[in-house]
Amino acid sequence: MSFWTRHQVFEKNSIILIVGILLVIAIGGLVEITPLFYLKSTIEAVDGVRPYTPLELAGRNVYVREGCYLCHSQMIRPLRDEVERYGHFSLAAESMFDHPFQWGSKRTGPDLARVGAKYSDDWHVNHLTNPRAIVPQSVMPGYPFLSQTEVDPDTIADHMRTLRTVGVPYSDDQIASARADVKAQADPDNSGSDAFSKRYVKAVVRNFDGKTGTPTEMDALIAYLQMLGTLVDFKIYNDKANLR
Amino acid sequence: MSQPALSKSMTSGESGLAVVFAVTAFFCLIASAKALDAPFAFHAALSAAASLAAVFCIINRYFDRAAALPPAEINGRPNYNMGPIKFSSFMAMFWGIAGFLVGLIIASQLAWPALNFDLPWTSFGRLRPLHTSAVIFAFGGNVLIATSFYVVQKSCRVRLAGDLAPWFVVVGYNFFILIAGTGYLLGVTQSKEYAEPEWYADLWLTIVWVTYLLVFLATIIKRKEPHIFVANWFYLAFIVTIAVLHLGNNPALPVSVFGSKSYVAWGGIQDAMFQWWYGHNAVGFFLTAGFLAIMYYFIPKRAERPIYSYRLSIIHFWALIFLYIWAGPHHLHYTALPDWTQTLGMTFSIMLWMPSWGGMINGLMTLSGAWDKLRTDPVLRILVVSVAFYGMSTFEGPMMSIKVVNSLSHYTDWTIGHVHSGALGWVGFVSFGALYCLVPWVWNRKGLYSLKLVNWHFWIATLGIVLYISAMWVSGILQGLMWRAYTSLGFLEYSFIETVEAMHPFYIIRAAGGALFLIGALIMAYNLWMTVRVGEAEVQRPVALQPAE
Repeated sequence: MSFWTRHQVFEKNSIILIVGILLVIAIGGLVEITPLFYLKSTIEAVDGVRPYTPLELAGRNVYVREGCYLCHSQMIRPLRDEVERYGHFSLAAESMFDHPFQWGSKRTGPDLARVGAKYSDDWHVNHLTNPRAIVPQSVMPGYPFLSQTEVDPDTIADHMRTLRTVGVPYSDDQIASARADVKAQADPDNSGSDAFSKRYVKAVVRNFDGKTGTPTEMDALIAYLQMLGTLVDFKIYNDKANLR
Repeated sequence: MSQPALSKSMTSGESGLAVVFAVTAFFCLIASAKALDAPFAFHAALSAAASLAAVFCIINRYFDRAAALPPAEINGRPNYNMGPIKFSSFMAMFWGIAGFLVGLIIASQLAWPALNFDLPWTSFGRLRPLHTSAVIFAFGGNVLIATSFYVVQKSCRVRLAGDLAPWFVVVGYNFFILIAGTGYLLGVTQSKEYAEPEWYADLWLTIVWVTYLLVFLATIIKRKEPHIFVANWFYLAFIVTIAVLHLGNNPALPVSVFGSKSYVAWGGIQDAMFQWWYGHNAVGFFLTAGFLAIMYYFIPKRAERPIYSYRLSIIHFWALIFLYIWAGPHHLHYTALPDWTQTLGMTFSIMLWMPSWGGMINGLMTLSGAWDKLRTDPVLRILVVSVAFYGMSTFEGPMMSIKVVNSLSHYTDWTIGHVHSGALGWVGFVSFGALYCLVPWVWNRKGLYSLKLVNWHFWIATLGIVLYISAMWVSGILQGLMWRAYTSLGFLEYSFIETVEAMHPFYIIRAAGGALFLIGALIMAYNLWMTVRVGEAEVQRPVALQPAE
């Protein structure tokens, strides 16, 4: 019985054909994906990475909603020009609390993995409102409407609870204070700002959009952009420690 | 099926589905009232309205139909079910034009950013997923459903399984598109490329897709031919694997069952790997395996020649589906994904070149002895050129997956150009060819309204593709080189914005190419419309295609 005759078992029985297809397509995925969940070397041990503050999380949701990831990557490759242009190459640990990841696949605009603290808040407000007022050759859309929409501080705790269920280590304290923390991070005069800073290491407290009142989506987005890539201190980060 | 001689009664499918939709409408109304965000309220209301419409349609159809359901055979010949195929073909053409138009708009936005109008629902970030989903899932998906329902009936010589089920598949799938598309405009997205729809749309698609699998499988099971025809293997692999990919990539936890926002179960690296395992195989199984099935039926049929090599199709089939699944990591070269995964992805991507060209050879060589038909039949020409584009992009893909090449091409327009040589040249053209064949067949017409218009469509669209992909090659490679250019003193030579400025002329050429492609599709829509409207009816149908042995 030749190979070609044996193959008829698939050609004459639809269930065997389906089972064959399922087995054949399962192998590659199983081999490539499963080890990523248990190999310790997949995500290096790094100090400083923390979950997003409530305001940063709200900003990240704006980033996702507006499809920023379609033109901006957040993944610096270990290539000379990229490291010189954007900073230290991205570590796996830096996006480990990202649900979903925002590495992106296209750079119509520059990489944003380490955009935090590179520009002033004012620059961001003006640039997001009208990109070509700051960079005449830019092809980025303007987002003037972000300043007009307030962040809803009431629902953000639910978002953090959901994230905790999928694996982001938010503490009970952080979730309980979420509502107050949204306001505290955007207002340096707020009485809760000190407590907030203790809950989130290296979180910046500033009035990001320069306006008083409930934080807007502009505040939230800028809070998110200003923290990108700032959590790991590369002055004390030891590359060798994670060599394997 | 029992056939009452005198009295007419609802089938269990009709009554069951009517009740299910009535209950669904009720729950959707509640969800709409309790919704936490406006898009969710809108979608819930839309679903309630659609469910009520479904109940009405089911009951209305019951009153209109004869006491007995359509027979499976008439005078010993299969009574093929063409209704759902007509619906899907129409929707394919509709979404195709919509998707190409949105593509032209976003291409123009990159050349002239003022076209974003600085409004939420007209900005590039929201329109881009609308474009990709409209062309891949709405246009491509409807072409696949229409052709698969046609091919499976003809090659099995039986009527499509199910009475309401095929209608549920085609209408339900298009409702998914409607929810997904309006969601993008309203900012509802989980930001996973080609898997942007949120949790409730994903759940609905799962139900529709499983029904699709069952209809297709049940039709194969009751076939009158001993062998399952090659095209059906590819359709089956496409349907089954897309189900697996959809379930693997999309597990997400909604913040509330009354809100649109959810968080994906996977995070960081694992999410990236799941995403591109999904993303690359959406290309591999949706845009390749499914359309190869079209190639395996429509090219032999149109050229009136048997498939070149049955054995090659066996090897090509198993090798293709085995190797494709591994190729995802080439989207993540030099990222934080572990090196071993990247290398594995690259290795299998390069190997993938072979089965891909096996398929191309099988398609092209089917024309042996019939090459002269290319001169007289523009539809066959479109089909053959699509296979040539398939060969070109399946060479380019493995080449771009080599890490050194990828370090230049990744993040640039080269990727966009590569995707479009496959999407416009291969998927677009093979779909056009299939629809040009299918419409006269299912509407019982002698032939197309005008072959001359097909010829015009072919040349205008081909010119559009050439403009598109060459502009993207130049802009992609140019930008990649500019990013890594150094001065003699060892400084980066160009700021990022200088590389953006350099793209401007190529973005205009690309938009022009897209416009030509759209014009071609409009000519096609007119031609197909006239074929249905004024085409001469065919009296006797020819005998169905014999599966190659």
